[in-house]
Amino acid sequence: MTEAASGRALILSAGARARLRRRHAAERRFRLYGLAAILVAIAMLVLLLASIVVRGHSAFFQTEIGLDIHFDAQLIDPGGTGAADDISRADFATLVRVALMRRFADVTERRDVRRLLGVVSRGASFDLRAMVLEDSTLIGTTRRVWVPASDRVESVRKGRVDRDIAEADRGISDREIAWIDGLEADGLVRTVFNWRFLASGDSREPELAGVGGAMIGSFLTMLVTLLVAFPLGVCTALYLQEFAPRNRWTDLIEVNINNLAAVPSIVFGLLGLAVFLNVMEMPRSAPIVGGLTLALMTLPTIIIAARLAIGAVPPSLREAALALGASPLQTAIHHVLPVAMPGVLTGAIIGMARALGETAPLLMIGMVAFIVDIPTSISDPSTVLPVQIYIWADSPERGFAEKTSAAIIVLLLFLIAMNGLAIYLRGRFERRW
Amino acid sequence: MNIALIAAVVLVLTGLGYVLGRRGAHSSVSGEVRVLHSLPSYHGLYLALWVGLPGLALLIVWPIVAGELIPAMVATTLPVELRAQAPYLVDILLSDIRNLAHGGIVGREVDAVIQRAADYHASLERLSRIWLAVAVVAIGAASFLWRRHRIAPELRARNAVERAARVLLVACSTIAVFITLGIVLSLIFEAVRFFGLVPLGDFLFGLTWSPQTAIRTDQVGSSGAFGAVPLVAGTLLITTIAMLIAAPVGLTSAIYMSEYASPSLRRIAKPLMEVLAGIPTVVYGFFAALTIAPFLRDTGSIVGLNVASESALAAGLVMGIMIIPFVSSLSDDVMNAVPQSLRDGALALGATRSETIIQVVIPAALPGIVGAVLLAVSRAIGETMIVVMAAGLAANLTANPFAAVTTMTVQMVTLLVGDQEFDSAKTLAAFALGLLLLTITLGLNILALKIVQRYREKYD
Amino acid sequence: MSVVAEHFEARGPATEPSPKMETRALDVFYGAKQALYSIDLSIRENEVTALIGPSGCGKSTYLRCLNRMNDTIPECRVSGEVSLDGANIYDINVDVVEVRARVGMVFQKPNPFPKSIYDNIAYGPRIHGVGWTREQLDEIVQRSLVRAGLWEEVRDRLDEPGTGLSGGQQQRLCIARAIAVNPEVILMDEPCSALDPIATARIEELIDELKVNYTIVIVTHSMQQAARVSQRAAFFHLGVLVECDDTPTMFTNPSDKRTQDYVTGRFG
Repeated sequence: MTEAASGRALILSAGARARLRRRHAAERRFRLYGLAAILVAIAMLVLLLASIVVRGHSAFFQTEIGLDIHFDAQLIDPGGTGAADDISRADFATLVRVALMRRFADVTERRDVRRLLGVVSRGASFDLRAMVLEDSTLIGTTRRVWVPASDRVESVRKGRVDRDIAEADRGISDREIAWIDGLEADGLVRTVFNWRFLASGDSREPELAGVGGAMIGSFLTMLVTLLVAFPLGVCTALYLQEFAPRNRWTDLIEVNINNLAAVPSIVFGLLGLAVFLNVMEMPRSAPIVGGLTLALMTLPTIIIAARLAIGAVPPSLREAALALGASPLQTAIHHVLPVAMPGVLTGAIIGMARALGETAPLLMIGMVAFIVDIPTSISDPSTVLPVQIYIWADSPERGFAEKTSAAIIVLLLFLIAMNGLAIYLRGRFERRW
Repeated sequence: MNIALIAAVVLVLTGLGYVLGRRGAHSSVSGEVRVLHSLPSYHGLYLALWVGLPGLALLIVWPIVAGELIPAMVATTLPVELRAQAPYLVDILLSDIRNLAHGGIVGREVDAVIQRAADYHASLERLSRIWLAVAVVAIGAASFLWRRHRIAPELRARNAVERAARVLLVACSTIAVFITLGIVLSLIFEAVRFFGLVPLGDFLFGLTWSPQTAIRTDQVGSSGAFGAVPLVAGTLLITTIAMLIAAPVGLTSAIYMSEYASPSLRRIAKPLMEVLAGIPTVVYGFFAALTIAPFLRDTGSIVGLNVASESALAAGLVMGIMIIPFVSSLSDDVMNAVPQSLRDGALALGATRSETIIQVVIPAALPGIVGAVLLAVSRAIGETMIVVMAAGLAANLTANPFAAVTTMTVQMVTLLVGDQEFDSAKTLAAFALGLLLLTITLGLNILALKIVQRYREKYD
Repeated sequence: MSVVAEHFEARGPATEPSPKMETRALDVFYGAKQALYSIDLSIRENEVTALIGPSGCGKSTYLRCLNRMNDTIPECRVSGEVSLDGANIYDINVDVVEVRARVGMVFQKPNPFPKSIYDNIAYGPRIHGVGWTREQLDEIVQRSLVRAGLWEEVRDRLDEPGTGLSGGQQQRLCIARAIAVNPEVILMDEPCSALDPIATARIEELIDELKVNYTIVIVTHSMQQAARVSQRAAFFHLGVLVECDDTPTMFTNPSDKRTQDYVTGRFG
């Protein structure tokens, strides 16, 4: 490079160069803000998920205590009839008490005895009853039975109780801790996967409470929502995209749908309350009412997604079918709809995923009761997973905080599965032709 | 003989109509299908519709009519003194009789008169169902016999069936309108009843919210105040805090992702943002109540501030996090719509990328961004679960973010979750609040739409 | 003779040219803008009639009137008469589905259905009830593919998707699909413009074979193609039918100066 050429390389005044440096610095700062924003958002997400998982993972494990239960025939079946009704009425809690007293023979004072009984869950007696009803040969034998431990024991074992603070502040006495340690030393304490959590319904006792009822309730509710919203939504979308003339009436329908998509979900709850419960007198707190209310809420989403999918079908396809002499309806059903179906399904799944997580409308129609039994039909009272989470979040016992987080984990797993299905469908059927 | 069985009968008749129609079409042309105007399946559908639709109509209409007629008939058999009671007492009596007839428990003493009425009710219902079954079969058969002679080669069955299908599609589409009507009407209806008890001015401008009502129906007056201003103020406070977080973070993250981010970062970050959007609000509420609120309270006490455990800040913070992806994706769409030629023009003049974005792209996209922000505000205002779980219950007219406030949505839930009679001012207040909420959110949405539409022309 | 054979051999070459389709005083409007001005044109049976003219002159619009495909465009308004074998197809009592079963169309860009080759061709006969049993459909599919000159290439892969064929093959598939319905007239809207020269040559051969059994109207912007393929040509210019004559005459000795200018390449 000649001297002249190098001299001609950008001559800037000192001031201009300083300005340029400042501008580049501003550029760097700007980029940093953007990156920081993304990182903040992701950090919040991680914080949220981490706090839930940390709090809830221990709920998937249950502590069980091994007791040598003597199935005393005198207690269980005094009449010797073997009738199921009589056996059901027997006092199985006594069997538990006897076993505990035998193990801890030194416990005599009434208050201590009560505390000792508090080591085992109240559900133990129900478990024993179920065992005997299933297998009556147990009567008269002595077996080692693993029964669920109470919430207090679980608190200790899961580390929710700080052993170092004074007994008066702790909430659990030294003696109880000694018992638990003693049982553990004898190998009479074990931790198992908590199937009860997934299979049973709600309960007042944290160690017995499960999301089974809520899961079935959610499933039934979602079933009703799907069966109502999907056909209605697809038919509406098909009509609006393929057949509707452009006039004031169809414009009104379009405006309505867009507005409905923006209405807060709680208002749909009010509608459900006023129409389904009040006017049509449907059973309160049943999946059919919840499902219908959520269907109204999900309908605009499905319609909008279906319209997009149907609109994305190239016009050449329709022309080809019409030119062969297919009627517009035949064209729509034989050609347009099958091609648009992956997009429609994806939109429907995403809409259903959103409905699965909805709480507010269902609170309005009363699905917030304490339901113990697992629902069997769409008119049985039931609750849904997010409402169960809401109910438990209000409970002060420490055990319920853990359960709530675990229920959230279950809910999130379902949502991940549904969204994953939607993404898979979208990828698999994308432009197969 | 119950409704499900009769419905099954209708289904069977319809299926029969289809099969016979199709076979009839085949036989009318001795198998030469191409001579028919429409395919045999359309002939089948034609007959099926003629047989099934009247049955379906009966299935829907009959029980409704019977539901009105039967109690009236039962009422005529009741002794005079029972019939002469106030209308609503008669209604309660009749509904008790109905429950008894269905084998349920009633909260009154069942004497011989009532038992007899219940038995009569049950027998009337049985009779009605038998007649319904007969009617359904009769009308199906009659329809079939009448229409089957139309099955001929010239019958334009496809056209008839397609006409019916079109009607179905149109009907489906109008449901959307009916839902809106339903929402608006039910809200207005109940709200009007509320405003009969509490004047509109008190509601809109009252500064105290303390919804107590009379417990006994004959108690004179209610001691409650139903002024909605503190609720609206609380909603606005929490929304403002949320937007102070969501708007800057959402916008800048959208800018970075669309202008600067490498494809690999975008591949990771975008789905993560979508995850943030997909988390149910009850989870956010739990997070707010159990993690954020205690953290704020403890930090506040360390610093010397009095932060309530149900502070507006906790709820607003978490709500802001929830709205970030909303703002981000809407802004992203809006900024992508700005044509590349505008950016190229600025860059060619020697502007840095940040200058291009701040001075050219964002002003071009501004209407869209404003619209996105308004939509986010509307979403925040209508949000329920986060505030129910993290914000307070006591109405508090304040601008202090560390204090506990309540919102419209929280009150709507509190008023209705519980065993209230449907008519008390408390429950009706929830509908009035719902109407207010709906008006505000729809108003914001329409405003957002207008802004986007009106100012978009300038940059196209 | 089998039903299907009868179906396909019903029409042979005509003894004397008679108008298969005719338009009289045909006006077409898109909203307020008029696209075609009072077109009087006869299409003779078992001949290839080419519609030529510069872009935007209304050839495609005219073609689409012949099978009422313009009905699908909301702003389009048609007045005048379009008759098929003497009957006006725009009459109120006429079912457009029947019209399209008798007047088929092949489009500029091949548009096979995203179905198998077999189903692509079988679709038309199925909905019109022309083919009913599996054997009948098999026969129809085979005959159509043979007539379209595609049978040898796809006979062992009838179940593969129609969209998997090459461009030229797809267009022949679309022709076979149109033939399967056994129309009387086949309309072709620039069928070769999306194809390479070899595929184009094959399709032109095909058109020549097809005219024995069908009446063909083809829109083309290539005069050479019109010269090769057609017996009669109609020259459109700015929505007006300027001239219609036998092809050799049209290209060597046109009556109108505009035709002369176009044919010699002065514009277009």
